[in-house]
Amino acid sequence: MNKKQINNILIWFSAIVLIILIMTPGLWVVLTAFRPQVDVMAKPAVWIPRNLNLIQFETMLFGGSEGSMGRSPIPVLSYLRNSLIISFTSTFIAVLVGTIGGYGFARHNFKHKNKYFLLIMLTRTIPGISLSLPIFIIFSKIGLIDTHIGIILVFVALNIPFTIWLTDGFFRQIPRAMSEVAMTDGCTKLQAFWHIELPLSRSGIASAGIFAFLISWNEYALVSNLARSTDSKTLTVGLMDFTAQFTINWPGMCALAVFIIIPALILTFMVQKHLVTGLTFGGVKG
Amino acid sequence: MAQVSLKGVSKFYGKVQAVKKIDLEIIDKEFLVLVGPSGCGKSSSLRMIAGLEEIDEGVIKIGDKEMNNLEPRERNVSMVFQNYALYPHMTVEENLGFSLKIAGLAKKEIEKRVHEAAGILDISEFLQRKPSQLSGGQRQRVAMGRAIVRRPDVFLFDEPLSNLDAKLRNQMRTEIKRLHQKVSTTIVYVTHDQVEAMTLADRIVIMKDGIIEQIGTPLDLFERPATKFVATFIGSPSMNMIKASIIKHNDQLSMKTNDGIIVPVPKDKQNSLREGQNISFGFRAEDIVPLKFGQKPSSTWEMQSSVNLAEPLGTETLIFTNFGEIEIVSRMFTPEQVKSNDILNFALNLDRTYLFDENSGLAI
Repeated sequence: MNKKQINNILIWFSAIVLIILIMTPGLWVVLTAFRPQVDVMAKPAVWIPRNLNLIQFETMLFGGSEGSMGRSPIPVLSYLRNSLIISFTSTFIAVLVGTIGGYGFARHNFKHKNKYFLLIMLTRTIPGISLSLPIFIIFSKIGLIDTHIGIILVFVALNIPFTIWLTDGFFRQIPRAMSEVAMTDGCTKLQAFWHIELPLSRSGIASAGIFAFLISWNEYALVSNLARSTDSKTLTVGLMDFTAQFTINWPGMCALAVFIIIPALILTFMVQKHLVTGLTFGGVKG
Repeated sequence: MAQVSLKGVSKFYGKVQAVKKIDLEIIDKEFLVLVGPSGCGKSSSLRMIAGLEEIDEGVIKIGDKEMNNLEPRERNVSMVFQNYALYPHMTVEENLGFSLKIAGLAKKEIEKRVHEAAGILDISEFLQRKPSQLSGGQRQRVAMGRAIVRRPDVFLFDEPLSNLDAKLRNQMRTEIKRLHQKVSTTIVYVTHDQVEAMTLADRIVIMKDGIIEQIGTPLDLFERPATKFVATFIGSPSMNMIKASIIKHNDQLSMKTNDGIIVPVPKDKQNSLREGQNISFGFRAEDIVPLKFGQKPSSTWEMQSSVNLAEPLGTETLIFTNFGEIEIVSRMFTPEQVKSNDILNFALNLDRTYLFDENSGLAI
């Protein structure tokens, strides 16, 4: 065996170990969703699944009569609706505002530009959860607790800095001459942006959009404070419905977790081409 | 009619004045080249004409219309950029037709004009390709095509050839000149390459540090440089330039170099100099030639020196040798073998030496 082969084996070995480390908890969640509670709680653990079923999903979606814990089903469809409304709306607003902001930072010079940029990025260093109390107090004063608008506002605020950062980098990659030539070609500034710079930064905007969506879709800590009822509770917060005072319905919770993962996976696959170009843009294009 | 006029035009970047109150009249259908080293203000001037930079002082007119407060799109100029700036997400055809589409022309008219331009530039077969599928030269052609479909009053070229390799550059240079003959529109062309300037221009504007050093036809600048800078900038290889002071020698004014070499002042310059004046005198490579090879100018001054290096180029050989301590270059037109360390006699053609005042840099 020469040095190159040994190297290859080492790389493969480390890659496999890494993938196992990352994937195992996820696989375990998926597996648990299809197993009966007895198997899940068994000691010593049952590693190889003996019988798999769809009871949890039936109960969750159609309110089947024989949930494994015999409890009333949770309003998953309301939660799904809330999640979709909140995630899509907040993503749309964050990408819209963030892209305009990113363009501004990339193309225009104004006083203290770098300081403003730094300030916006610094907001991301504050742990979201530490904001939950102030946000809760403010929202309760102005009646935004347990509303879509309140939660959307929070996600928009969380996602805009990242969107600005990502799209700023993208617009910087587009040569200035591109919009200049468009302007001598007869475009107004806005037309140059719309016809030339926007289509060229599609990948970056798509990446920013996915990240914003995933952050909103997966967020738990803040929403768990702000959402009180089926009016605004999202799927992630809905996971806690499976905990009772003394018991936790693990298979049910995992079934909902699988349900949460699926749309995110589909979306990511749909735009993964953009995502890859989006995140490696600076590296591959000189 | 599209003459372009700049009156007292300045450009500031912060506290730095990149363009200093320049005046320039560009004649209708003229091919005018702005040339100078980087940072001389040539590109800023061009971008002010295009409307891509604010005009901080002065007035720019195209035709009789003042341009100062007009947007680029209102000026009816077309610009070709160094990096082509083709729209990567559009095909060649869409690139060419974009400006017409924005202007709201009918589809048929757009198609007609695009094909016309593609025909002129010989890019008809690439119309359906994306810019990334084209070679450098083809991209350059598309960029020019995009400029001509609009039928602008003025073409602006910003170093359009500097991204191309030497061979392609020569080829495209010829094509640009041909294009100018075909469309006969005013062209303002910026470059740092004096060869491009010499070969393309009707008139050349040489800029340095934000001011215009000299305006003239290529031969004007070559034969009658107004300043020391123009003399060394125009021509290849660069004009040899030697510092000296004026002394009285055998009742004649002579130039004494820092190394103590004494060269007589040409007769026609005797009265324009005074003793003690610090000057530079310059002469082109072809005006100092090795003697034994049968080229002898009429009024000469001779010296002996050893060859540092010889570069045979076929029709001519460049000989690098020393003039005192300063290395100069001589051009020999006879195909003879010259080696390093050969001792040769050189004859300097005194009638073709250029004298510049050391303080002002102006020609004497």
